[in-house]
Amino acid sequence: MFKRDNTRKIFGDALTTYAAVNPKVVVLTADVASSVMAVAFAQKYPERFFNVGIAEAGMVDTAVGFALGGMIPFANTFAGLLIRATEQIRTCVAYANTNVKLVGSFAGLSNFKDGPTHHSIMDVAIMRAMPNMIVLVPSDSIEAKKMIPLMSEHEGPVYIRISRAEMPIIFDENHKIEIGKGQVVRDGKDVTLVANGHMLSRALEAADKLGTQGVKARVVNLSTVKPIDAELIVKCAEETRAMVTCEEHTVIAGLGSAVAEVLVKGCPVPVEMIGIADRFTETALDHDSLMDAYGMSVDEIVQAAQRVMLKQD
Amino acid sequence: MTGAVAHSPKLIKELQDMARQLRIDLVEMIYRRKSGHPGGSLSAADVLAALFFHQLRIDPQNPNWENRDRFILSKGHACSTLYAALARRGFFPMETLQAWGQIGCCLQGHPDRLKTPGVDMTSGCLGHGINIASGLLLAGKLKGLDYRTYVLIGDGEAQAGVLWEGAMLAGKYKLNKLITIMDYNKVQLDGRLEDIMPIEPIRQKWEAFNWSVMEIDGHNMKEILDALDKGTEAKDKPTVIIAHTIKGKGVSYMEGKSEWHGKVPNDEEFQLAMKELKTNVQAR
Repeated sequence: MFKRDNTRKIFGDALTTYAAVNPKVVVLTADVASSVMAVAFAQKYPERFFNVGIAEAGMVDTAVGFALGGMIPFANTFAGLLIRATEQIRTCVAYANTNVKLVGSFAGLSNFKDGPTHHSIMDVAIMRAMPNMIVLVPSDSIEAKKMIPLMSEHEGPVYIRISRAEMPIIFDENHKIEIGKGQVVRDGKDVTLVANGHMLSRALEAADKLGTQGVKARVVNLSTVKPIDAELIVKCAEETRAMVTCEEHTVIAGLGSAVAEVLVKGCPVPVEMIGIADRFTETALDHDSLMDAYGMSVDEIVQAAQRVMLKQD
Repeated sequence: MTGAVAHSPKLIKELQDMARQLRIDLVEMIYRRKSGHPGGSLSAADVLAALFFHQLRIDPQNPNWENRDRFILSKGHACSTLYAALARRGFFPMETLQAWGQIGCCLQGHPDRLKTPGVDMTSGCLGHGINIASGLLLAGKLKGLDYRTYVLIGDGEAQAGVLWEGAMLAGKYKLNKLITIMDYNKVQLDGRLEDIMPIEPIRQKWEAFNWSVMEIDGHNMKEILDALDKGTEAKDKPTVIIAHTIKGKGVSYMEGKSEWHGKVPNDEEFQLAMKELKTNVQAR
């Protein structure tokens, strides 16, 4: 079992720290400053903090204006509410290629208690379909923190998913990340488990279980969904001949689809996708049980690995 | 209405002539391309002439000058007027207008900031301009720059909720360097605003959002110039100039008709439009 820490607080604090060295950073939020841990930033840099009220579409457009004015706006709200601004994001962020950083907090099922209106199961699919958009799904708090300077220094639109839950700690401060690059977190030759976000820790647990059965599973962290690390995916497919993708998201058009799109061209091998089936979720008492109930348990990853290995050539 | 400085009859005449020239240009462009939005482009011609040939602090040689005034055509479908104004102001050659809409041309069906010199923001989907202008002005404040931002919105656009999110924001932050002009031609794609979705009482709406409001005849150059002058004197509120206009202004058979929102004149209609528009103006 992994120790856990408070990802959204670490992200919010890291943004405040980074703002000291990058005076172009401004933060916008839509009446969820305390929820997304933007309060520290607001207290330290009140002149660079803008609360627009419950107006997500307006927030995105205002962020666009900041970007046109040479600032680096981080627009924060719940991922499930940010999609209210999908047209703004399509037209004024992605198409106009403005330097806006979109932070979808409370992502996936991490706001388990508030139900499907507040679950975000299709944000990656929507953002990934937009030309010019970088899509980041950090797999722990260290990654979330380290992505702040990377996304700020990238000139153009970025979407980052931040969990409300305390995320398992996987990496340490020495962890090196780069936009567009995945990493082999654990080596193995029999099957590859590709994961990001909360599902990386579950993939590692599944690899442990598979290990007790004599199966050596490789685990790959793909915390950049777009641009996808096609080179690494093809290499792993060639070397292990089967793949399981694991995401806290609908299986339609998210990480699994992105991996499959690479494989059909680069190295067609059997794939199983772990994620939420094409349905809405429901309210729960905790995050982990909800993940388990909607198809993302460690055992389901193990079973998917077993199934996919039966189809290996 | 009185401005701080009386504008010379010569300036007013020059801008009136330019507005008529822009009307000729845009009807030719739409006729040539067999596509475009003549009604709302014609209604906006006087305001755009005043902005691009008098009011805006811009430099065609340096379109990305950091402290330039910004202009956002929030009603992006009126881009034929904008393109004609940018070309005549020297942002790109006049010949470019002839290639409007062709693959590879820098002039898109709606404005594209990445392709067209002088276009400060991409537009075409309605309702974005005021929020974007607000972000631009808040950024300008942080940077210590004193540029103004002008936004031209349509009247049908005032039916879009997101526009009022921007209006509320600009009111909250007292963005006195924001001047919005509403091209109030009272006709939208499907018919008259009052039938489709009434926006009245519109003055009171803006006032309720803490804006300073003026109402003018949007085809009277003196009133346009005076209102723009007054807008620049605002101290602690954004300004909206409600410009009462006529959709299709200058082409008799288009005036006030919703079917000319996005229709292209045929050969005969084109000749008639040119005849009407070229009366009292020397084509340049």
